Amino acid sequence: MKRQIDAGMQLPDLVKGPVTQIDLVKYSGASGDFNPIHTVESFAKEVGLGGVIAHGMLTMAYVGQLLTDFAGNDADLIDFGVRFRAMVRPGDTITCKGIVTKVEPLERGLLAVIQVNAQTQSGDVAVKGNATLRFDQ
Amino acid sequence: MATDFIGRWSTPVPNLVERGAVWKFAEAIGDPNPVYRDEVVAEQSRFGRMIAPPTFSRTFDYGTIEGFELQGEGLIHGEQVFHFERPIYVHEEVFCSTRVADTYTRDGGSGKMTFYLFEQKGQSTSGELIFTAKVNVIQRVGGAS
Repeated sequence: MKRQIDAGMQLPDLVKGPVTQIDLVKYSGASGDFNPIHTVESFAKEVGLGGVIAHGMLTMAYVGQLLTDFAGNDADLIDFGVRFRAMVRPGDTITCKGIVTKVEPLERGLLAVIQVNAQTQSGDVAVKGNATLRFDQ
Repeated sequence: MATDFIGRWSTPVPNLVERGAVWKFAEAIGDPNPVYRDEVVAEQSRFGRMIAPPTFSRTFDYGTIEGFELQGEGLIHGEQVFHFERPIYVHEEVFCSTRVADTYTRDGGSGKMTFYLFEQKGQSTSGELIFTAKVNVIQRVGGAS
């Protein structure tokens, strides 16, 4: 299947959440990351976070879904990297965004470099990074 | 500070990619993609079988590096980078190892901060490279935040 992919193309936004405390408990269990800053309110307050915060990897997973949804059955995810910035807290809604910044033809197919980020409802950038998808053509 | 551990790979640890674990992970991240759950749909997909979501490899055990232990508290995950040679398949065994590629300490506004750069890799039972990852972790030393 041939798909037209051009620089400047925006990926359809992916909206996740609002994130709940139950989501953080589920992600702790599924990932094995039981750091209490994500699940135990009193502990998170004690260490000065003001309350529990989401796992950075949960927000990264949301951005991963943005990419794999866009790739569909036509592309493989080759590279995916992010920096973690603003904290995400229960109640936050996360919008994942992506834009194709570069397209590189291959012998068969093409590489699409995509700039991604995830923002909270107040516009704080929780993660920001880049990814590469390899499309069949 | 002893830095003898830099560059030394951990002994690879086998991690079985269990169907139920992948299912629970996909549920936890709220991703309804059937390639993570539905054998029939996954077989018709480009992957030919069920796979795990791209960030699933963070759940693996990468073993221990001789002479190195990181305290769990006060750690901040700064950066995470994955490179995939292919997806991780459900039911396969992935041999995972890690090393500290670099570490250094800087004075920050609220005390000293130690930076660790970990490299990780996952290989199939036949030694084929499946993925590599880079993880940046920051540890605040002494300064309460």
